[in-house]
Amino acid sequence: MATLSASRALTFAAPLPLDSGQTLEGVQIAYETYGELAADKSNAMLVTHALTGDQYLASTHPITGKPGWWERMVGPGKPIDTSRYYVICANVIGSCMGSTGPASIAPDGQPYAMRFPVITIRDMVRGLVGLLDGMGIERLHAIVGGSMGGMQALSLAANWPDRAERVLVIASTSRHSAQNIAFHELGRQAIMADPNWQDGDYYASGASPDAGLAVARMAAHITYLSEDGLTDKFGRNLQDRDTKSFGFDADFQVESYLRYQGSGFTRRFDANSYLYITRAMDYFDLAEEHGGRLANAFAGSQARFCLVSFDSDWLYPTAESRHVVHALNAAGAAVSFVELSAPYGHDSFLLDVSALDRVVKGFVE
Amino acid sequence: MTMLRPDLAVIADKVAAGSRVLDIGCGEGELMEVLRTQKGCDARGMEIDPVLVERCVARGLSVVQGDADRDLVEYPDKAFDYAILSQTLQTAARPDRMLDELLRVGRQAFVSFPNFAQWRMRAALAFRGRMPVTRYLPVSWYETQNIHNVTIDDFRELIAKLGVTCENAWFFSGQRQIGPLWANLRAEYAVFELSR
Repeated sequence: MATLSASRALTFAAPLPLDSGQTLEGVQIAYETYGELAADKSNAMLVTHALTGDQYLASTHPITGKPGWWERMVGPGKPIDTSRYYVICANVIGSCMGSTGPASIAPDGQPYAMRFPVITIRDMVRGLVGLLDGMGIERLHAIVGGSMGGMQALSLAANWPDRAERVLVIASTSRHSAQNIAFHELGRQAIMADPNWQDGDYYASGASPDAGLAVARMAAHITYLSEDGLTDKFGRNLQDRDTKSFGFDADFQVESYLRYQGSGFTRRFDANSYLYITRAMDYFDLAEEHGGRLANAFAGSQARFCLVSFDSDWLYPTAESRHVVHALNAAGAAVSFVELSAPYGHDSFLLDVSALDRVVKGFVE
Repeated sequence: MTMLRPDLAVIADKVAAGSRVLDIGCGEGELMEVLRTQKGCDARGMEIDPVLVERCVARGLSVVQGDADRDLVEYPDKAFDYAILSQTLQTAARPDRMLDELLRVGRQAFVSFPNFAQWRMRAALAFRGRMPVTRYLPVSWYETQNIHNVTIDDFRELIAKLGVTCENAWFFSGQRQIGPLWANLRAEYAVFELSR
């Protein structure tokens, strides 16, 4: 777990108002940029990150040392071409890579922990809009996001309709379903059941709820993959052994893989951030914010929209994207939509799907 | 400039500049591209094949992957000046309902379709006793998507029954436009401009 970040950061002079009615003082937004901002600031793009993502979009992650999370998509000559566009990626509030979140120090000198206010997707976007204001960027050439990043893109389009000319939403949804909420609740309960969680006040204790956070990540990770993907990758193969152990070691490769994913995650992510961000996603219902009718969210929008879903994504299935497309049609917005075929489940948006590259490139240009 | 198929060229010519157009079954977006670049239209498309949708999006067109039988209902009344259905009517589950939908979402509609009563078709059935396979209906009966083949006279009867007005009609044989005389026998395909 780390709260330090090598990124640039902007600190807001004014308190940030939140959907809960509370405000957040001294908000800091950590961000990375790629490419050069044109003199007229017309080539800025914002890429919004997913639940456990961060601002290291196309540069090495300072904790894991791994490449940026979307380097296959963003860079010079890539579909999001940083030799033409100035690409911004910021850590959302509530997270733990340099932006203000539950691990940040509150005005009283102690970490917020569970005193951090419950935030929403719209609050995250408020923070991003504050960053754009600070950078003097009035209007984005495009906002691009997958999964929770797509929720932020939709929220920006609905609540700040003049801030982006193009809105690209990949493998996302306008609302969390009961099943989505159920999986998140499982993760949160795993964290809170870990005695090291200590009602969230673990920062000074030298112990953190890594076991609970790892279980949360393991459960969530299953929802990011498809059954076929898991079968292809692991089947019933045994891990470094020829026979079953008749015990509870990770006999199967899939068990070993999930444990590795879980424990690796605890080194880079704060458990309280996981609670807050999953809550924000569960609260997300764009129609509810706009009088119960999703089309109202996009009334009068001049932006061009593109939605992409994947046929193997059961977390945010195609029907959810279609639901948004229908609302955009009803609102008269310019919208494109395609369901791409890819075997990797929800995570397809991060993986090698060449059709996605072509759609992204075509849409943002 | 792209060379459009003759039925699409007629439609592109007739659509008023700057209008709002929905192209249903837009394929790779050839007509949309012409309407956008040459007529300044706000063109939207619907296409069932994801590979074609991807190509449209890659060329900067607003195209939704959808099934006209199911997804047209999501558009508000008179959202478009024109709804265009080219070479798709005969694939609809209910062509009559689709025509109703076209004239609900569009103030006017253009519909083009292959004519099943053209003489080659008749000959295939009459003399060979076989379902016709032609250049405009190239797929065998067991795998064709054309589940509701229609003739020009059938179409005229249907629109009359639906209370739809035929504003204009054009008939084609190959790449060539032909006159209306004996069109039901001579034309390989037709374009109708409709209103209600």
